Amino acid sequence: MMERLKSVMLHILIYGLALMTIAPFLWMVLTSVKDLGEIFSYPPTWWPEEFHFENYKNAFEAAPFGRFYFNSLFVAITVTVGQLITCSMAAYAFARLKFWGRDVLFYLFLATMMIPYQVTMIPSFLVLHWLGWIDSYPALIVPGLASAFGTFLLRQFFMTIPKDLEDAAYLDGCSRFGVLWRIIIPLAKPALATLAIFTFMGVFNDFIWALIVLNSEEMYTVQLGLAIFRDRYTTQWDLLMAGSVTATLPILIAFFFGQKYFIKGIALSGLKE
Amino acid sequence: MVPNLPTDELNNPEQPNLPTDSLSPETQRESEAVEYNENRLDKSGIQAFLFLSPTLVIVLTFIVFPIFFSFYLSFHEWNMFSTNQKFVGLENYIRLLSDPEFWQVLKNTLIYTIGTVPVNMAFSLAVAYALLQKIKGRKLLRTMFFAPVIISPVAAAVIWRWLYDPNYGLVNYSLNIFGIDPINWLKHPQGAMAALIIVGIWKYFGINMVLFSAGLQAIPEHYYEAAEIDGAGRFAKFWNITLPLLAPTTFFILIMSMITSIQVFDLVYVLTSGGPLGSTEVLVVYLYDHAFKFFNMGYASAVAYVMFAILIVLTLVQVKYMKSKVYKAI
Repeated sequence: MMERLKSVMLHILIYGLALMTIAPFLWMVLTSVKDLGEIFSYPPTWWPEEFHFENYKNAFEAAPFGRFYFNSLFVAITVTVGQLITCSMAAYAFARLKFWGRDVLFYLFLATMMIPYQVTMIPSFLVLHWLGWIDSYPALIVPGLASAFGTFLLRQFFMTIPKDLEDAAYLDGCSRFGVLWRIIIPLAKPALATLAIFTFMGVFNDFIWALIVLNSEEMYTVQLGLAIFRDRYTTQWDLLMAGSVTATLPILIAFFFGQKYFIKGIALSGLKE
Repeated sequence: MVPNLPTDELNNPEQPNLPTDSLSPETQRESEAVEYNENRLDKSGIQAFLFLSPTLVIVLTFIVFPIFFSFYLSFHEWNMFSTNQKFVGLENYIRLLSDPEFWQVLKNTLIYTIGTVPVNMAFSLAVAYALLQKIKGRKLLRTMFFAPVIISPVAAAVIWRWLYDPNYGLVNYSLNIFGIDPINWLKHPQGAMAALIIVGIWKYFGINMVLFSAGLQAIPEHYYEAAEIDGAGRFAKFWNITLPLLAPTTFFILIMSMITSIQVFDLVYVLTSGGPLGSTEVLVVYLYDHAFKFFNMGYASAVAYVMFAILIVLTLVQVKYMKSKVYKAI
């Protein structure tokens, strides 16, 4: 009986906490479909009296949110695909090829993972400035096309793949690229998925880099659009909340499909923010 | 299996030989495959270079070069638009350390770190521990606790700005139920920092919960069983088994959370922009303002290097202590 009571108490406590944790989201979603009068009513109402889905349409008309959205998705997808390609190539070289200075180079790679982005931020901006890429897609994409973290993560996974499988392919006349493409990549899907989800979310949620390298509104990402939006429409909470829901949606979907990979990425990254 | 004819062997030296008596078939094949790879495929590192070059170009341009260049810049005065990078020696560093505003920024960052990290850790350990008990819907619960981690800090900050609204916000409304007068959270120097700390705890506690869960699950069950036989209660088990065995995980999370807290930017920028009266101006906001608002590239680089010095100490402690564990996890 005592045990039973304890268990019920624990359930109430933990579900209460969990509800408190996601309450801000529920509040955001519900606010996004309220009409402005109801938003500013006191005491606040939880459930909307009427659903105003046109808030979303209005948000997309008040600011070019569709454009911001396209920019964010385009950049996040390009960077993710790019990083999968470059990191798996580099990881393969470190895991399987023998070349002069390999281990030293690998440790130097590892060492760059310890560098906080604040140190590289200013010169990276200057490099893009000299290249004439400020306020363009390359400024958002190119610096993210490869990473030491991705290389490290994939290399560790590649090391666990038995070498015999590759050797059989070499004997059949397969090249190094062929082996990477036909044998390693298909076997490394879990590691690639982890890297993909992690990279996609990181880029889609990025704010500071977009803030630094972008000037014109048509280049804005969703995050930047939202941040600028909150200054310009300080009383339009219906639109701001609709915008926030929109900015959250792709990430929630990506997370829903790749939860275990994402959590693996958290455990692996350790040093990253 | 087609037996190898002697002529085939002569024409194709890469073909595996039939096993000899001295070597097992496995060893034989392995050693020959290695020889084959090195001789025919690697072409003295050219191939390796091809595999590495895209990553090398990016890492050299956007990490390695910047490390040295910002170090160089930190000894110069430069507004980015003039061609003249004037050498000033240690002046940027001296100016920085004698600037009360910089000390205030350091203090704010420290307050934020002390405010978020311990509470976050205690809270996330408690939840991770509770989730190990017999609980229905554990997966759903884990997702609910983890949700704040995945959404963008910008969206999170926008939501919380609304929750903190002095007139219509849910926070004041809830406090009012308990008879607490409304507070204009984000316009009040202490209130703004408190508000920021609450959001910081809420936003990142899911990460710690996941890491604590992993650490807790790694503790072998038989320790608890043995303790039970000795008559240990729940508290004794937690205190004498869980906590000591969890120490490496706890240490890892402590350092990692400190690093994350010192680097906070997005939440602050969107929630308070460093105000009111600079009460939430943290290191990265200060760095951003000096670099990209006032274009003091040299001074900002010095700030970046001071930050680097703080973070590298934490990182090295982490790497040294956790090396074996991190590798094992992978």
